[in-house]
Amino acid sequence: MSLLTPNPGLIFWMLVVFLLVVFILAKFAWKPILNGLKERENEIQGALDLAERTKAEMVQLKSDNEKLIAEANAVRDRILRDAKAAADRTIQESKDVASVEAQKIIESARETIRQEQQVAVSKIRKEVATLSLEIAEKVLQRELKDKEAQQSLISELAASARLN
Amino acid sequence: MYKHFRLLLTTALVAATCFFSAPANADDHAQHEPKKVVEGINDAEHKIEHNLEESEKEFNIGEMIMHHIADSHEWEFTHGVVLPLPVILYSEDRGLEVFSSANFHNDHHEYNGYHLVHGDSEQIVPVDESRVIYDFSITKNVASMLISAVLLILIFTSVAKSYKRGKGKAPKGFQSAMEVIILFIRDEVVKPNVGPKYERYLPYLLTLFFFILINNIMGLLPGSANLTGNIAVTMTLAVLTFIVVHLRANGHYYKHLVKPDGVPIPLLLIMIPVEIVGVFMKPFSLMVRLFANITAGHIILLSLFGLIFIFQSFMIAPVISVFALFLNFIEIMVAFIQAFIFTLLSSMYIGSAIQEHSHADHGH
Repeated sequence: MSLLTPNPGLIFWMLVVFLLVVFILAKFAWKPILNGLKERENEIQGALDLAERTKAEMVQLKSDNEKLIAEANAVRDRILRDAKAAADRTIQESKDVASVEAQKIIESARETIRQEQQVAVSKIRKEVATLSLEIAEKVLQRELKDKEAQQSLISELAASARLN
Repeated sequence: MYKHFRLLLTTALVAATCFFSAPANADDHAQHEPKKVVEGINDAEHKIEHNLEESEKEFNIGEMIMHHIADSHEWEFTHGVVLPLPVILYSEDRGLEVFSSANFHNDHHEYNGYHLVHGDSEQIVPVDESRVIYDFSITKNVASMLISAVLLILIFTSVAKSYKRGKGKAPKGFQSAMEVIILFIRDEVVKPNVGPKYERYLPYLLTLFFFILINNIMGLLPGSANLTGNIAVTMTLAVLTFIVVHLRANGHYYKHLVKPDGVPIPLLLIMIPVEIVGVFMKPFSLMVRLFANITAGHIILLSLFGLIFIFQSFMIAPVISVFALFLNFIEIMVAFIQAFIFTLLSSMYIGSAIQEHSHADHGH
């Protein structure tokens, strides 16, 4: 049956033409087409990867920013706290200095008072001594004749002399 | 299921055609009488001529179908519009001879000591029977194949050009239409079946697919050649796949033929012949599948059109035309499916031959 018997001439041409087509297409068509496809796929994959990376970076940046803000807040709080403590300390120191100064002033005032007192006492003593001498002098002068009068005078003088 | 049905139908139709053309074959046998060769040929010729003349009254559908699906030395677009093609003959005594097939247009279909025999397919035989000639003519099929080859090269080099031009840009126009098919073949057919080394085989398999596809579709055009429905063409394609499969087949593949894993030794007596027959069955099935499917489609379409001439009624023509239109759509589908299946099976055979370890797919 001629339909089922292959014709050698056709086989020959088929081999020649088909192999030529395979080689020509492989060199001038499939190579650039497949390379182009692969390149484009790589590009798309690259772009997707880049987007993914950028997203991750954005998240990173965001968390970094949050950390920065938190740090800034902490620093601000510390500075405020420090300032307050410094102010408190300054006030306390001033208070201490003031009280010490006041104490000193009080001390020196006391000292002055004591000295004044001593000066006054010694003055009074001198005065008393002088007075006593004057009294004694007067008594001796006026009332040496009267014994009783002498005695009352002495006791009177003694009473008045017991001032200090 | 559909394919089995198609195969059955093909066989039935081929058998029917055999039956129709049986008297012509009986005449062919007479040619083998050495002395009466020329007379025998002439007688057969005249009988066929006579039949053809009579066919206006008595339409022989078998002859008509065979005439349309067989190869020819001239391209008959429609009745009377004939393009003569070059006849190239080689014989040891005369060397290479090239002349136009129009030279056979005479009463005896004879030229320069050669005779063009119109059987169910054409053949050039020397008048002197003792000579041996080799026919390398550019027949209708060869011419059609050359056109398809030129078309393929033009189409895909232009597509390749647009890839170079539009680097880093989205594909557009015809380029994207082809890209879908190329990507389908690469990602769905070749990559999963051939395995990691698929890139080496991709050019061959892509060419195979598009060559079969373009010729299947060109075969559907009115007045065109039936290239992929020709056994010589499908045989060449199948043999090329066979060579590609076995060129780089690994040791595992060959070892599997001689000693399949886990088979008891007595069974090897059966298994080894089965495996070896399987090796040759694969390209054989490729050859027959494509040939039978395409030829069957052509026979069905031609039978439908033949019905118009058998009934000799204009009333039947619209009905037949609707059927033929429907079948033409199916044939377009078959053109894609057969190109796809040929490529798919080729990739599976290649994949099973280069697969590392694990069980190979036997394809049955």
